[in-house]
Amino acid sequence: MVPITPSHYLVLSAALFMIGVIGVMIRRNIIVVFMSIELMLNAVNINLAAFSQQWQNAVGQVFAVFVIAVAAAEAAVGLAILLAFYRNKDTLNVDEMNSMKW
Amino acid sequence: MFEATFFYSLAALVLGFGVMVITARNTVHSVLFLVANFLCVALLFLGLGAEFLAIIQVLVYAGGIVVLYLFVVMLVSLKGVPEGQGSPRRRAQLGFLMSAAVLAEISAILVYSARHPGNVPAAPAALQGGNTETVGMLLYTNYLVPFEVASMLLLVAMIGAILLAKKEI
Repeated sequence: MVPITPSHYLVLSAALFMIGVIGVMIRRNIIVVFMSIELMLNAVNINLAAFSQQWQNAVGQVFAVFVIAVAAAEAAVGLAILLAFYRNKDTLNVDEMNSMKW
Repeated sequence: MFEATFFYSLAALVLGFGVMVITARNTVHSVLFLVANFLCVALLFLGLGAEFLAIIQVLVYAGGIVVLYLFVVMLVSLKGVPEGQGSPRRRAQLGFLMSAAVLAEISAILVYSARHPGNVPAAPAALQGGNTETVGMLLYTNYLVPFEVASMLLLVAMIGAILLAKKEI
C-alpha cells in the first residue's frame, strides 16, 4: 500500500474545502452557510498540520492556532450580525438579505 | 499499514460528515454533524503528531463554537426557514460545476507531480521535547506579537458581538 504522504492530506483538504464551497453556494440558510465556512477553515488547518509534520517544523501548528482564533472571532461576530438581522427581518434566508443592494 | 487504514477511514468520516453538514434538512442535525466532523479532524491532527492542535480543536471548535451555533439555532425560529425560492436545480448545477472544476484542477496537479517527482528533502531531525512545549515556545518567543494581536482580535470580537446582539444599547 502506498505510504501516506502530504499529498494525501492535500487532496483530503481540497475535497473538504470544496464541500464547504458547495455548501456556501447551494444552501440558503445562513447558519448552514456559516458552518460551511468553518469547514473551509478546517480544511486549511489540515494542510498546515500536514506540512508541519512533513518539515518537522512546529510553525505550521502555530499558524493553525491563529486560524482557529480568527475562526472563533468570525463565528462570534457573524452570529451576532445574524441575530441582529433576524430581529429586524424575521428571516434567515440569504436571498432576502438584499437591503444594501443597489 | 495501520497508518494507511487510520488515514483512509478518518478521511472517509471527515468527508462523509462534511457532506451531511451541508445536506441535512434540519439545522440542528447539521450542527451535530459538524461536531462529528471536528472530532474526526482532531483525530487526524493526532495522527499528524499535532497533539496540542488536536486538543485546541476539541476545546475551541467542538466545545465553544458549536455551542455558539446551537444557541443561535435555539434563539431564532427555524420554522419558516425555507430553502428559498429560485430553482434548486440551477444552484445544484452551479455547485457541481464548481466541484468538477476543482476535481480537474486536483487531477492536473496529481498528474503533474507524478511526471515531475520533485526531490522532497529529507525531513530534519525530529523536534526535541513534546509537541505542546514546542508550540508554546514558538508562540511566546518568535510569534509573541501575532499572539498578542490575536488576543486583541478576540477581545474586539467579543465586544462587537455583545454590542451587535444586544437589543437596546
